[in-house]
Amino acid sequence: MTQTMTGAKMVVQALKDQGVEVVFGYPGGAVLPIYDELFLQNDIRHILVRHEQGAVHMAEGYARSTGKPGVVLVTSGPGATNAVTGIVDALMDSIPLVVLTGQVPTFMIGTDGFQEADTIGITRPCTKMNWLVKDTARLSETLHQAFHVATSGRPGPVLVDIPKDVQFATADYTPPGRARTDHYRPKREGDPAQILRLVEMIETAERPIFYTGGGVINAGPEASRTLRELVDATGFPCTSTLMGLGAYPASGANWIGMLGMHGLYEANLAMHGCDVMVNVGARFDDRITGRIKDFSPHSRKAHIDIDPSSINKVIRTEVPIVGDAGHVLRAVLALWTERGRRTNREAVAGWWARIREWRAVDCLAFRPSERTIKPQHAVARLEALTRGMDRYITTEVGQHQMWAAQFLHFDEPNRWMTSGGLGTMGYGFPASIGVQIAHPDALVINVAGEASWLMNMQEMGTAIQYRLPVKQFILNNERLGMVRQWQELLHGERYSHSWSEALPDFVKLAEAFGAKGIHCRDPRDLDDAIMEMIRHDGPVIFDCLVEKHENCFPMIPSGKPHNEMLLGEADTQGVIDAKGSVLV
Amino acid sequence: MSALNIRRGASSQSAYDLRDPNAPVTGSHTLAVIVENEPGVLARVIGLFSGRGYNIESLTVAEVDHAGHRSRITIVTTGTPQVIEQIKAQLERMVPVHMVRDLTVDGPAVQRELGLLKVAGRGEARIEALRLAEIFRANVVDSTLESFVFEITGTPEKIDAFADLMRPLGLCEMARTGVAALARGA
Ligand SMILES: Cc1ncc(C[n+]2csc(CCOP(=O)(O)OP(=O)(O)O)c2C)c(N)n1
Ligand SMILES: [Mg+2]
Repeated sequence: MTQTMTGAKMVVQALKDQGVEVVFGYPGGAVLPIYDELFLQNDIRHILVRHEQGAVHMAEGYARSTGKPGVVLVTSGPGATNAVTGIVDALMDSIPLVVLTGQVPTFMIGTDGFQEADTIGITRPCTKMNWLVKDTARLSETLHQAFHVATSGRPGPVLVDIPKDVQFATADYTPPGRARTDHYRPKREGDPAQILRLVEMIETAERPIFYTGGGVINAGPEASRTLRELVDATGFPCTSTLMGLGAYPASGANWIGMLGMHGLYEANLAMHGCDVMVNVGARFDDRITGRIKDFSPHSRKAHIDIDPSSINKVIRTEVPIVGDAGHVLRAVLALWTERGRRTNREAVAGWWARIREWRAVDCLAFRPSERTIKPQHAVARLEALTRGMDRYITTEVGQHQMWAAQFLHFDEPNRWMTSGGLGTMGYGFPASIGVQIAHPDALVINVAGEASWLMNMQEMGTAIQYRLPVKQFILNNERLGMVRQWQELLHGERYSHSWSEALPDFVKLAEAFGAKGIHCRDPRDLDDAIMEMIRHDGPVIFDCLVEKHENCFPMIPSGKPHNEMLLGEADTQGVIDAKGSVLV
Repeated sequence: MSALNIRRGASSQSAYDLRDPNAPVTGSHTLAVIVENEPGVLARVIGLFSGRGYNIESLTVAEVDHAGHRSRITIVTTGTPQVIEQIKAQLERMVPVHMVRDLTVDGPAVQRELGLLKVAGRGEARIEALRLAEIFRANVVDSTLESFVFEITGTPEKIDAFADLMRPLGLCEMARTGVAALARGA
């Protein structure tokens, strides 16, 4: 039985049929018919944000912590352009989002109408796919296709631009089952011949390493379980990118910590010295590889990725496997088991002995202080006091983000939300709101820097309105800390515009919004203050005044290979040459 | 930047790669890309090339299957083997792209381009232009007492050669379609 309805109603119907529970949005002229339909129903919850960028990051937090696509609804023109940063963020980190934008009526497109922007043109390079729907008869099918594309293959943001006359006009509704989606079917199973080659590599490896990334998390919890089984059965060391934390548990026997620019010494040296590298769902990002020429020079590499364009993009791999991380890992495990689960135990034991020597360097050590709170100490205490809780962490971007990645431990996937690829300051606060919406009873903490946090602080209003007890744990160094660190190391200590002047009183700010503010500056008060934050049933801004000039180590300077890592202040004299300073 | 001699268009590499001067040789490849015929697809394809710093030597597009909503884009591009592989992978993963074929490596292919050349002149030069046009099998599609418009079809090299010969004979304007190409055989 076909149903005839308006385009606006189709939007709501399609969202329902796609199982959407929450929409993050902000109204405006070009989406009023859709807002009218939202008003008339109770199945879909609408979260009114304070800025469209916030809506997109909330949808990202929601998506990343649930595995479901996040949905955003904004108006034309400024509504759409405000959403762009979040959309690019989701593209870089492969987060499934469906963004719905209003548009001026079709007969006005191209006339520079009020709040007209070429949303499709602007977002074409920012989306996995986007559509302008000019005919109500095509709207519902396009919406179903949008969900299909956002969530299939390598996930990503998609956008559907809906002119206002299309929202008012009526047509037949196409249910999800009748929408044409077969033209986009990325391959999930890996090539058996390549899987065999990978198994042979596993069997003979002397210095192996699993290098895992966000792809494992995107492949779903089952992929993480299979990864754990394979890593533990082989006994090979496992490292992960920033995006992949939690896929293999931090408490697992084979975990050697995060790798990359601020990754652990043992993880980076193991990457440098390995003879077999198994990349599962990571993309050899420049934060990971350092100088390409000297990246892991003695290894044969296998690369499992759902996106063929990730393979051989920057690093050549001997064994390319295009497929879903979960499917491929299962096939690898099955074949390796069938062939007797062989590894070169003796050699691998020797490899572990080397790794333990590197680990003994204790690269995360920092000089403790009794007078000021060291940021590392603050995060370490946060970890100690929240371990075992039903906890989700988001972060902003900067030093605090790296300390959070180093000092917090994740034993489960989908518990860690951070802006990796784009490095978007202002991500963490709205993301924490999106996570809390999805997990109302969980402890959701945004580990923030004061500068980043201010970028989307207007979302405090959203947190209050929806009674979301998100905890904003701000490591306040009164500096754009990461920028300051680079200026110290690369620009002759010329601190050009890298401090946070005229900061608000965060406690009063919290109170002005109707939230709780906590200020802490003495290390002796820290534990109690953190407990007070956790126990408070409502949003908290925790202003943790930390050491201002602390640098984040370890650090692989730009343009350097993994084995030229800096471990602390003593190492930093004149290490970055002119070549390094032009790199980001 | 120039002091360090960083070449532009390092987008297919990491930001850390200061481009190896002994990089593998670049070659020209003709790609046939079958796409869904819907608005914006061409912009998406072109945006990929400009956004990632790939070359476009020529690009042609037209609908080839009206009932099936299919267009064919023929792109001639240059790059190292790694860059060409990357271009193909980037094209293949686009949602509205159905198929990508590298006609340069997938076996023999025929390539044709059409050129229109306006040659103005009198006397000997005019006669010489007509004589050369015959050798190149170019047709005269317009003539006045002091000009011809020649239509020539062939490989881009053939059109280049013809244009080179016409230049001293009064070539004053030229239009080229870009390459269309098909694999040989069934
Ligand atoms: C939107 C945006 N603008 C600029 C930057 C560049 N940037 C990276 S880290 C940083 C400083 C962040 O300061 P803060 O949030 O206080 O964190 P800290 O490094 O001090 O911990 C800046 C400016 C960015 N990543 N994102
Ligand atoms: Mg700061």
